[in-house]
Amino acid sequence: MQLDQLYQEIILDHYKHPHGRGLREAADTDARVGEAHHVNPTCGDEITVRVTTDGKVFTDISYDGMGCSISQASASVLHELLRGRAADDASVVHDAFVALMSGRGQVTPDEEVLGDGVAFAGVARYPARVKCALLSWMAFKDAAARAGVGVSPTEVEA
Amino acid sequence: MTTIAIPPGMPQYDDVPRYDVDAVRADFPILDREINGHRLVYLDSANTSHKPRQVLDVLAEHYARHNANVSRSVHTLGTEATEAYEGARAKIAAFINAPSVDEVVFTKNSTEAINIVAYAFSNASLRADADPRFRLGPGDEIVISEMEHHSNIVPWQLLAERTGATLRWFPVTDHGRLDESGLADLVTERTKIVSLVHTSNILGTVNATARITQRVREVGALLLLDCSQSVPHMPMDVVDHDADFIVFTGHKMCGPTGIGVLWGRSELLAAMPPVLGGGSMIETVTMARSTFAAPPARFEAGTPPIAEAVALGAAVDYLSGIGMRAVQWHEKELTAYALDALATVPGLRIFGPNVPVGRGGTISFALGDVHPHDVGQVLDSLGVQVRVGHHCAKPVCTRFGVPAMTRASFYLYTTTEEIDALVAGLEQVRKVFD
Repeated sequence: MQLDQLYQEIILDHYKHPHGRGLREAADTDARVGEAHHVNPTCGDEITVRVTTDGKVFTDISYDGMGCSISQASASVLHELLRGRAADDASVVHDAFVALMSGRGQVTPDEEVLGDGVAFAGVARYPARVKCALLSWMAFKDAAARAGVGVSPTEVEA
Repeated sequence: MTTIAIPPGMPQYDDVPRYDVDAVRADFPILDREINGHRLVYLDSANTSHKPRQVLDVLAEHYARHNANVSRSVHTLGTEATEAYEGARAKIAAFINAPSVDEVVFTKNSTEAINIVAYAFSNASLRADADPRFRLGPGDEIVISEMEHHSNIVPWQLLAERTGATLRWFPVTDHGRLDESGLADLVTERTKIVSLVHTSNILGTVNATARITQRVREVGALLLLDCSQSVPHMPMDVVDHDADFIVFTGHKMCGPTGIGVLWGRSELLAAMPPVLGGGSMIETVTMARSTFAAPPARFEAGTPPIAEAVALGAAVDYLSGIGMRAVQWHEKELTAYALDALATVPGLRIFGPNVPVGRGGTISFALGDVHPHDVGQVLDSLGVQVRVGHHCAKPVCTRFGVPAMTRASFYLYTTTEEIDALVAGLEQVRKVFD
């Protein structure tokens, strides 16, 4: 297996220079906030994702955690892609990312939808690492639900 | 390589038994494999060991020629299978110097072996006429350590919950040694059992048990040693160790998966109530009640892993043929070499003893801030197989303030060239994540 398929420059860049990292309080006191903490029990990686929403748009997505380059870069990409999006819109991206990661390397990602998320296409070929890439996305889904905004009914096929 | 100076009058370096590592490697078919275009460098034997052809052949031969159920047939195949199964028990008893063959109970693995002891306590605690050494209640204490594998933590937590007993533990020092400074306060008249790891699966520490054993005897408690990582790597003498129970697992010592061992003193096994009920473990059964067979059968309900036990016997023959002293010395030299080699890697931090004394050939480390998953992934791309994660010993990771570690572990077939490949691979990791 070619290592650079897995560790794309984009992934390493997000890992070394994460976007939007750190849990933030909601600026608007009327905003709805939801938070979820997810753990990967096989490796001990952890992430906390907090979403802030006015009921329609994710006005902020903040996160903190510790883990491998894949899990941490994935959280950074999640922040980039979904912050400021309406729930419906976010749902499309979320579905596309989950589909990409569940595709065992057979899914061709759409850069229009997934942006930097396309860099994770190679990760889907490494079954042991798919959970790393999805950790923050699953936490985001739970956090959004707790804030009263449904994102995606998709379940991961591990 | 580090020179180990031995004081005059002691057995000297040249007296140490040795073997031809290349000849040993030729016995292990899997070592010929290529991984990702590189020669396989397998540094994960603490996780599971590879199996020599001698063991694989016995496994296949058993099914091909002698397959039948044990302990219940008058026919020829049944007799052959029973003799092979009981013959394996005798080999294993001799391997650990058990005073009696009947002290060797076959289990699925170490985890099941520990659970049998824990549930025997549990079941005894429900019966007023049970042996008081196995009866637990509020005020009684179970002692473990902070360096246990989860398999020697969780069964005791669950037992404490069921009985109201209290779980206590030895801490670990900064150097990854067992902190025995509180021994007298930790192991007291309230202690019913001390269950300790002999060699840590994550720190590599080999615990010197003599002081603890002495204290256990003083207070009248029982001692269980988790020998999953020691029996495969060094000579084991249960009489010399003065333990009450030891557990180990076949797949870490050149045997198959699905077979492990609980060794217990005869009179203790005889005093323990059964745990799993079913066929083969009874004396007589009526619709109202049953009486139970003597150990070891009492603890082997149902059809056991017969072929696996027979193959474990072959693994013991294989290891004995090389000699456990020789295996131990080979790994000691490898460990000394590896500790020196790893010390040359910038930013590498070893968890556990950093000298090849009182430790085995299992070395966990951090490489700067690079996550162990990433370390393991890059090493895999070079054919180097290491374990990454919490190694089923999360409290140890917590103790050293990391979520995970990278672990390289050696066995009788490991070479210094493989350690060189690890060190070269770590340079590659640094390049990717610098």
